[in-house]
Amino acid sequence: MAEILDKVKTVEKEPFFGPKERKLLTDPLMDNNPITVQILGVCSALAITSLVYPSVVMAISVTLVTAFSNLFTSLVREYIPKQVRMIVQLVIIATLVTIVELALKALNFPIWKQLSVYIGLIITNCIVMGRLEAYAMANKPWRSFLDGIGNGLGYGAILVIVAIIREILGKGTLFAGSPVEIKIIGPNTTYLIDTTTNTFFSWYANNNLMVLPAAALFIIGILIWIHRSVNAKLVDIS
Amino acid sequence: MESSNKYIITFIIIMTVIAAVALAGMREITMSASTKNEEIFNKRSILLTVNDYLGDGLNVSDLTDEQVLKMFKEQVEQVVINQKGEVVPNMLAEKIDLAVEKKKAESERLLPLFVFKNDKEKFYILSVRGSGLWDEIWGNIAVKSDLNTIAGATFDHKGETPGLGAEIKDNPSFPGQFVGKQLFRDGEVAILVRKGGSQDKMYEVDGISGATITSDGVTEMLQRGIANYLPYLETIQN
Repeated sequence: MAEILDKVKTVEKEPFFGPKERKLLTDPLMDNNPITVQILGVCSALAITSLVYPSVVMAISVTLVTAFSNLFTSLVREYIPKQVRMIVQLVIIATLVTIVELALKALNFPIWKQLSVYIGLIITNCIVMGRLEAYAMANKPWRSFLDGIGNGLGYGAILVIVAIIREILGKGTLFAGSPVEIKIIGPNTTYLIDTTTNTFFSWYANNNLMVLPAAALFIIGILIWIHRSVNAKLVDIS
Repeated sequence: MESSNKYIITFIIIMTVIAAVALAGMREITMSASTKNEEIFNKRSILLTVNDYLGDGLNVSDLTDEQVLKMFKEQVEQVVINQKGEVVPNMLAEKIDLAVEKKKAESERLLPLFVFKNDKEKFYILSVRGSGLWDEIWGNIAVKSDLNTIAGATFDHKGETPGLGAEIKDNPSFPGQFVGKQLFRDGEVAILVRKGGSQDKMYEVDGISGATITSDGVTEMLQRGIANYLPYLETIQN
């Protein structure tokens, strides 16, 4: 009897947004980042980070998908037959990704066009399924939801950092394609006519390497290096 | 816990029905918005070929969606022609999808033609479609009323490599090169993309280094695609 009472007590004590919940959000951003620590979801991080604006849209889409697939999987986790759990998870992910894609097509067609297959490929993004298997199958819905948001943001943060570096060096702009496009470095269009109104570093010629996926590989590599040298916890002691 | 087959099948069926209903509902909701977006997107890319001739110093990128639709309605005449060069009555060019036409027998294919009129001149906008390195590429070519000089061109692609083949769309200087070139020499399509730099400035544009197959694909697409329009162009010339 006492044991049961104890169990009830611990359930009641669980706060709505306590330190544990906060950790679910911050952990994937730093100590357990899906890209730089777990090296998951690198394929899409290489492919779509040549511009910031699509990267932000991609980050939001992935966050939505991880959060809600975690939530739904966690809600039905008791009922999922063990033999087909992967299929069930995949159906949940695929449904959500298709919903996100349809919504994006209706809300912002040019960006949907630009992201093209990569929105559909969120289905195969290892982060999403990894979180379902590792977390949502064993935890309560609210925490799973937060875990999904945390991992989506951790992924998105790296995506946006890489995209900022690539877009500035590769195109000299920020947020190209969005209404708030700004020119950061390199000559502006009237540079040859009027050299008095130039931007910073107007001598800079765009580095085409930065536009290629290979550049993202270098940048992610350097980010992993920096991350590990700053964060002592990540280095293997052996 | 091992579940019985009956349970698994029931679970899967219920899950599939829920997913199907959710997706079908979502598609119904977003359908009208995304078709409209696509229409505006395509019309923008058609108007972009005559960007220099819109009048009043207007640019396609500055136009709102409503202005695009209004301009298209007032200044663009839509003609559908068959392989013999005859006008097919009561059809709108915007309804013709070259990807669908490609699957028909060669003699039955229909061609869309957009005629843009400003105060002084008429422009004939031809649509072409072909293959790049990875997937399909397509484009619109605006021809001045002498039926030979190119007024502007736009290209798009499904999956060419960013920074290489994708430059046909992303780098405005590639379609920009086509402006002022001649299409025909002695009644045959002479325009081509030359690897290693154009030799005949009247008919050739520079290829993209590192994207030979895409450049060749553009040449092939232009030569075959524009040749289809020849019978019609000859009838209006006489």
